[in-house]
Amino acid sequence: MHLLIGICTIFVIMPIAQQSYPGWHPSPPVDQIGVEERVSRLSQRSIKKGSKVHALKLALSMLDLTTLEGSDSPGKVRQLCYKAMHLHDALPDLPHVAALCVYPTLVRVARRELEGSGIKVASVATAFPSGQSSRETKMDEIRYAMQEGADEIDMVISRGAFLRGDHTYVYDEIAEAKSVCAGRTRLKVILETGELGSLDRIRQASDLAMVAGADFIKTSTGKVQPAATMPVTLVMLEAIGDFHRRTGQRCGMKPAGGIRTAKTAVQYLVLLNETLGRDWLTPDLFRIGASTLANDILMQLVKETTGVYQSLDYFSQA
Amino acid sequence: MTATAPSDPLAWTYAPAPEKVDPGIRERYDLFIGGRFARPSEGLYRKLVNPSTATILCEVAEAGVADVDHAVKAARRAYVKIWSKMPPRERGKYLFRIARLFQERAREMAVAESINGGKPIRESRDIDIPLSVAHFFYYAGWADKLDYAFPGARARALGVCGQIIPWNFPLLMAAWKIAPALATGNTVVLKPAETTPVTVLKLAEIIRDADLPPGVVNIVPGGRPTGQRLVEHPGVDKIAFTGSTAAGKWIMKTLAGTGKKYTLELGGKAANIIFEDAAIDQAVEGIINAIFFNQGHVCCAGSRLLVQEGIAETVIDKLKKRIETLILGDPLDKNTDIGAINSAEQLDKIKKYIQVGGEEGAEMWQPDCPVPEKGYWCRPTLFTNVSQSHRIAQEEIFGPVLTIQTFRTPEEAIDKANNTPYGLSGGVWTDKGAKIFKVTRQMRAGVIWANTFNKFDPSSPFGGYKESGMGREGGWHGLLPYVELETL
Repeated sequence: MHLLIGICTIFVIMPIAQQSYPGWHPSPPVDQIGVEERVSRLSQRSIKKGSKVHALKLALSMLDLTTLEGSDSPGKVRQLCYKAMHLHDALPDLPHVAALCVYPTLVRVARRELEGSGIKVASVATAFPSGQSSRETKMDEIRYAMQEGADEIDMVISRGAFLRGDHTYVYDEIAEAKSVCAGRTRLKVILETGELGSLDRIRQASDLAMVAGADFIKTSTGKVQPAATMPVTLVMLEAIGDFHRRTGQRCGMKPAGGIRTAKTAVQYLVLLNETLGRDWLTPDLFRIGASTLANDILMQLVKETTGVYQSLDYFSQA
Repeated sequence: MTATAPSDPLAWTYAPAPEKVDPGIRERYDLFIGGRFARPSEGLYRKLVNPSTATILCEVAEAGVADVDHAVKAARRAYVKIWSKMPPRERGKYLFRIARLFQERAREMAVAESINGGKPIRESRDIDIPLSVAHFFYYAGWADKLDYAFPGARARALGVCGQIIPWNFPLLMAAWKIAPALATGNTVVLKPAETTPVTVLKLAEIIRDADLPPGVVNIVPGGRPTGQRLVEHPGVDKIAFTGSTAAGKWIMKTLAGTGKKYTLELGGKAANIIFEDAAIDQAVEGIINAIFFNQGHVCCAGSRLLVQEGIAETVIDKLKKRIETLILGDPLDKNTDIGAINSAEQLDKIKKYIQVGGEEGAEMWQPDCPVPEKGYWCRPTLFTNVSQSHRIAQEEIFGPVLTIQTFRTPEEAIDKANNTPYGLSGGVWTDKGAKIFKVTRQMRAGVIWANTFNKFDPSSPFGGYKESGMGREGGWHGLLPYVELETL
């Protein structure tokens, strides 16, 4: 088994060394003040009328509806699945959310409920949220989630190793997870940016994760403050853009945690639209991880349709 | 199968988001002399054009010989009888009052500024107006503290100041001129630019509403002849001018031997130097802010990009992508990044330079963005393959046109940056602090930004080397050109 994993790891690393010169690209420095200025300017975009409705529906279609509590039960997950499929039946023409994100033990329940709906099942894994476990246990957890029927794996990186400078450890960890996913399961790599301490490190971790094979890079577990922020997201989007320029590969982005209002979600989409452009305006390449955002978006959509705000009591919570 | 182009399902364009505040622009504006609005002696009114629609906006009185004379006399009377005798603290109160009234009408002023000048509402709302107000507040604070600005000396006002301002930042330039002059105890005759007097005349309404003693500030709109009369008028003690280098040279010649003081803030051709170790994405953003701010109608615009060879391709590629996201159009739309060119005349000048650049062998690039049918517009423009001897790299274009050159060593970058008759501003982008100090020390420019560009603050002095002018405006340094120092 170990030998097999070892071989897989080599196979994953192999494609990177295709060039005659390994093409070592150190991450460029990031200027925090410049990033904040750019974000504040983009946040001023005024999104009205048709373009607002378009953005709100797009945001809904990019949602990873999430429940990650110790108290989660099959019943709660079933309710969430129903909500995912029937966001607000009073409004016709709504898209469905992109995925439901749960713990591995609840993947099977979600899988069964969502069958045929087109909604993916994402599972956190690798000792989420802290990542404090052995490599073996983490890989086993990914395998377990896959066996249970997960379409997507949201793994966490070992922040301890990254922060003490052992980037190789983190690289190997992601590359191995990628080989376990074996092209069948989409791999999202959570950097837990709230624990990385600087935009420079966030940029380095993004570059590292993409080279190691991440299909998506994701800001946060939602268990650490600050979770997703616009400056962090901008830096990660810029890293994705540079990776695409260099390799032709499109990596996805998932800000998660702290995005609670429709207005914020639209601001994230503006950030995306003006950094990576239209090619990334799809649930295949952009997700928003959130537990309470959906109803605020729905409330705005109802308002755009009827002209009045309804109270939250008119929107089912799960 | 029909060959209709499929609509792009992924594209997301923003719906119009116009600013709707009423700018309160009158159909006709008169001169502001001696505290009241007065008809011009020659009865001439100039029709103003809204540059984003090329339609008539309103008409504004043209100050003739007699009007300039009246204005200077009113300013002299106000100086002798009231303003020079008023305790400094009281002068400060008037300035604070103007600042507050101005702030209260900020949004209205921003809309008027964008309509008259063509600049995006985002800029007039977030930069022009707040900065103008801040200048009044800042110099209001200095009015009763001049003894601390010049320890050991007594600062005396000069008397009547003739002030001539350009069309690129009408209100901001008016604030830069009026606030320090009044704080130091001078009175003012100000001539706004011929295409953009509306907001300055709205400021005159604020000044009147603030009950500033009549004649302390007088506004005489007009063209070049009006400015020349003001410069030549024997009753003026000092000239403060912001505008073209050619006009600045004429002012220097005219004033030689007259004993009048003067400050000149003239053209520029700033180098913006990007080193390989810079934070590239933020530097790209800085390049955008340096050259496309206010359609490039900025004397300190970073119009020459010097980029280190190893990252040139990356930077140019990213720059083009970024430029493609810039929204060009209605200045009053809150999402507009690039507004209208200020006048037909200026648009012709920019177009001429774009043509010259091509003829000189430089390679031109523009994005494929839509341009409104009416009004004066210029797409953001890049030139690569530019030589130091090209006219587009030497002469001030004053439009959204950026020339790009590469360099290998810091020495080469500094040589290229300094190889210009101008010396107003410059920019350096690097992640290494030591390099910032080493390079900026050798650049010959009055204002140098590191890892940012086009940042202004009332407390920092602004002005140029060489043909970019003389004297400084802003900060406590900006008090000096308005006083005579006496030692007790």
